[in-house]
Amino acid sequence: MTVPLIYDIGSPGRMGTTLPDVEVPETELPKELLRKDLDLPEVSELQAVRHFVNLSQLNHAIDTGFYPLGSCTMKYNPKINEDMARLAGYAHLHPLTDEVGSQGALALMVQLQEWLGELSGFQGVSIAPAAGAQGELAGILMIRAYHQSRNDKKRVKILVPDSAHGTNPATVTMAGLQAVELPSDKHGEVDLNALRSALDDTVAGMMITVPSTLGVFDSKIADVIRMVHEAGGLMYMDGANMNALLGIVKPGELGFDVMHYNLHKTFSTPHGGGGPGCGAVGANEKLMPFLPGPIAAITEAANEENDAPLYGLVMPKKSIGRMKAFQGNFGMHVRAYTYMRVYGGEGLREVSRHAVLNANYVRAKLRGVYPMPVDRICGHEFVMSGTVEGAEGIHALDISKRLMDYGIHPPTNYFPLIVHEALLIEPTETEDKATLDMFIDAMKRIAQEAKETPDLLHSAPHTMPVGRVDEVRAAKQLVLCCRPIPEPEGGD
Amino acid sequence: MSWNTPAELKYMRSDEYLKLEGETATIGISDYAQEQLNDIVFIELPDVGAEFAKGKSFGTVESVKAASDLLMPVGGKVIAVNDKLKDQPELINSSPYGDGWIIKIQVGDAAEANDLMDAAAYAAYCASR
Amino acid sequence: MSYIPHTDVERQQMLSAIGVTTIEDLFDAVPSRYRFPRLNMPPAMSEMEAAQELQALADANEHAADYALFRGAGAYHHYIPAAVNHILLRGEFYTAYTPYQPEMSQGTLQAIFEYQSMLCALTGMDAANASHYDGATSLAEAVTVALEVSRRKRSKIILHPAIHPQYREVVRTYHQGSDLQFVGDTGKSPEKMTAADLIKLIDDQTAMVAVQYPNFFGSIEDFSALVEATHSAGALIVFVVNPMALALFQTPGQLGADIVVGEGQPLGIPLSYGGPYLGFFAVREEYVRKIAGRIVGETIDHDGRRAFVMTLRPREQDIRRDKATSNICTNQGLMALAACVYLSMMGKNGLRRAAEIAYHRAHYAAKQISKVKGYKALTTKPFFNEFVVKCPKPVETINQALIQRGIIGGYDLGKDYPRLKDHMLVAVTEMNSKIEIDTFVDVLKDIGGV
Repeated sequence: MTVPLIYDIGSPGRMGTTLPDVEVPETELPKELLRKDLDLPEVSELQAVRHFVNLSQLNHAIDTGFYPLGSCTMKYNPKINEDMARLAGYAHLHPLTDEVGSQGALALMVQLQEWLGELSGFQGVSIAPAAGAQGELAGILMIRAYHQSRNDKKRVKILVPDSAHGTNPATVTMAGLQAVELPSDKHGEVDLNALRSALDDTVAGMMITVPSTLGVFDSKIADVIRMVHEAGGLMYMDGANMNALLGIVKPGELGFDVMHYNLHKTFSTPHGGGGPGCGAVGANEKLMPFLPGPIAAITEAANEENDAPLYGLVMPKKSIGRMKAFQGNFGMHVRAYTYMRVYGGEGLREVSRHAVLNANYVRAKLRGVYPMPVDRICGHEFVMSGTVEGAEGIHALDISKRLMDYGIHPPTNYFPLIVHEALLIEPTETEDKATLDMFIDAMKRIAQEAKETPDLLHSAPHTMPVGRVDEVRAAKQLVLCCRPIPEPEGGD
Repeated sequence: MSWNTPAELKYMRSDEYLKLEGETATIGISDYAQEQLNDIVFIELPDVGAEFAKGKSFGTVESVKAASDLLMPVGGKVIAVNDKLKDQPELINSSPYGDGWIIKIQVGDAAEANDLMDAAAYAAYCASR
Repeated sequence: MSYIPHTDVERQQMLSAIGVTTIEDLFDAVPSRYRFPRLNMPPAMSEMEAAQELQALADANEHAADYALFRGAGAYHHYIPAAVNHILLRGEFYTAYTPYQPEMSQGTLQAIFEYQSMLCALTGMDAANASHYDGATSLAEAVTVALEVSRRKRSKIILHPAIHPQYREVVRTYHQGSDLQFVGDTGKSPEKMTAADLIKLIDDQTAMVAVQYPNFFGSIEDFSALVEATHSAGALIVFVVNPMALALFQTPGQLGADIVVGEGQPLGIPLSYGGPYLGFFAVREEYVRKIAGRIVGETIDHDGRRAFVMTLRPREQDIRRDKATSNICTNQGLMALAACVYLSMMGKNGLRRAAEIAYHRAHYAAKQISKVKGYKALTTKPFFNEFVVKCPKPVETINQALIQRGIIGGYDLGKDYPRLKDHMLVAVTEMNSKIEIDTFVDVLKDIGGV
């Protein structure tokens, strides 16, 4: 099933909206500066609505089905969050409103920062970054700025385990530092010998994900943190897997210096088909002055005259600077605040307890069906190999595509890189046992099909709007735009 | 598995080959490398006249799912690039040692080729991966 | 427990399938002294109570639904057709993940492809990506592209001082780890720098020159000589644009831009106190492979049906890791969808009409304001919908008087340009009726001159 392009369904002169009169005396337009044509669709409101609703129906989404996508935390996005973000007082608030006129928004931001700090054991939090990757960049720039501020300029290396998300090494390069890859041991944990030999006075710090990208809590994490600190380096925690940690352990108490949170993972702001997100950053006292800004803060405490404090925006003393215009993805702040308010502290602890329960349940049920390279209690996700004994030639990709025919989104494929044919599975806490059983059953049936009717997997999916797509053609014959580019006109 | 590893060539661990022809040489990627990359969709070539030291990146080769830097087996100055690859990068897949050559260089110091693998060593290296 | 569906019976069944007795048993690997910390946080709240609290906080803000808004400076209050929000609230769109699995994501992929096409049309460029975080980060990413195009041999970046001050800050934040030289906006009177002054700064070390169109002060400058000088030095010229202005004015493509970036917020995205917004990024064809971020391409499936897929993936961080030029791994997916739906609904004629209304009303406002004793709209250059007003009193004082009359006044330029103390940047859109404009002018009269 295909939907025509919006450009192909209109008619010249049609318009999907109505506009007011000019109302004022008109001013002549500067003809020599005007464009000639504007090649946009010409459709009615109904045509546009139908077009986009039809498109939406080609998608899999949390609202339509299960999404066991490891490292992505595809939990339910509560509807109340959307309603709150759309309240006029938030949605129509100009970013450059004076502080007096934005006390409600600032109070909300301060509270959200405090809760994030409390959950992670950090003294300072900035919610200015726009996404997890931007939070990572902020964190690494903070580590760099810290060493620079001590005139310790030889520290240019950041250690990154080979199991890390690609964003980690990419971030290090972007920050002008050098990524040094650390091998993992056979359990997927940091190899302490390799760490020891990598540590010297050129190491600025280390980035590590907790629980690891293989879904397990590294039993040696306290040693890793101590060793890096002793060598003068700082510890960055990639908070992608924070959904396993709420009320379980505070990264700041473990000894981390800085971390980022993905509000769109842990705190249920929607993924939106790839964004927007919000990548808050938490830091201990040492790194707090370097946080990106501006940060919402109490600028005048409550007193006898005013029972409410005065909130404002401040730049931390040695801030690495602004990561984006204005003060962060505020719409995401509202959603995360709403989510945390509804759960409360103890409720958030239950979130992680049940996320871990669900992952371990699925893991226990699939043991013996698929190989498990790390066969132990896991965190909120676990990794297995997408291979089936007695069905050579079946790959993680085939299993993934076949899952679509069962109405389930595939797990994350081929990540982490250190696991052969990896399938990374994260059910999240919002799925009930019946859904997990349905998934387990589908995975077992696919293992059977792999042996009996392997072609069914190779040619999967069979029930989607399109079959496997030709990515080579897409990359070689680039078609990125459906409109012809007009020849440049003169300025007349 | 076995891959074509012509005896007259020298090889790097990063899978570039070097064909020495007196003071000049031809550089490309091995049969093993093209197979690992699968369908090659794009190649970034250096400018003629550019100079690179041994081990430095002179370009990149991309498939749908991977990208790989191209490293100099020996230092030298680029005297020709295979322009055909701009439109037909798949030549590297079909003929890595023939029409799929990548650059020709004026060799700086031929002695730098001494630590490259010969065909037998490279074949064994590929088989071990 | 809010959104956790487990019953006691199910929990027990699951624990016994795992082979443990309690949920706590699943956390033995966490060092015991740090395990299960106390959380100093409030208890759970019902949905109803939470909504009441959030409503109360929202009501404490002075916003454009209650006040007439004359503030822009990078974020604009335009009308958003009702259907846009309804499409954004489709769960199939907003609760979907990044379209890595094309068979299950054709809706998102086609919408992005259509968005890319509309952005190409609007900017007059050959290709657009699926978006960056906002206009400022798009500009920061443009710097990286320019450096890559120069094969990292050039290190000078020229920024026109009439680019949004916060954008210039963000560019510096992004690139603080590399040895780049940022010039053009560092002089004592940056507001006086012109395109001609920037030409003098161009040399063979220059990788990029960036300008804003219309500029931060609302003016449309003539960049033709600057574009030519930039190109003859082998550097790239980057235009930061307001997409609403492009409904009327010549495209940056026509004017010679190599890269066009900007803030897509005016295209159907609410003000939302600064985000989430939409950074668009469009380039000439030869630079497509240098740009960061998601790009969707058209192809076919194995049965020959048209299909869409993320393409040029090997540029991205998950494949290229430390060799990637950016760590970005999202786009502003839902915001790009908002722009796509908005541009479809407004269409060829609606967008132009909305821009014309804003143009006429802004020009009317400028004329009326200049008639008030002591005030002068500085409009010697052509402008679209934003202009600078020289005031007889501090902007803060004027804005305090305006807010009493239900008006949020313009932006105080003295905050960013010390020499523009008592200068107000005023924005007018199709949302500002004649009555609002007249009231604004009346208040200025009431405040009086010196």
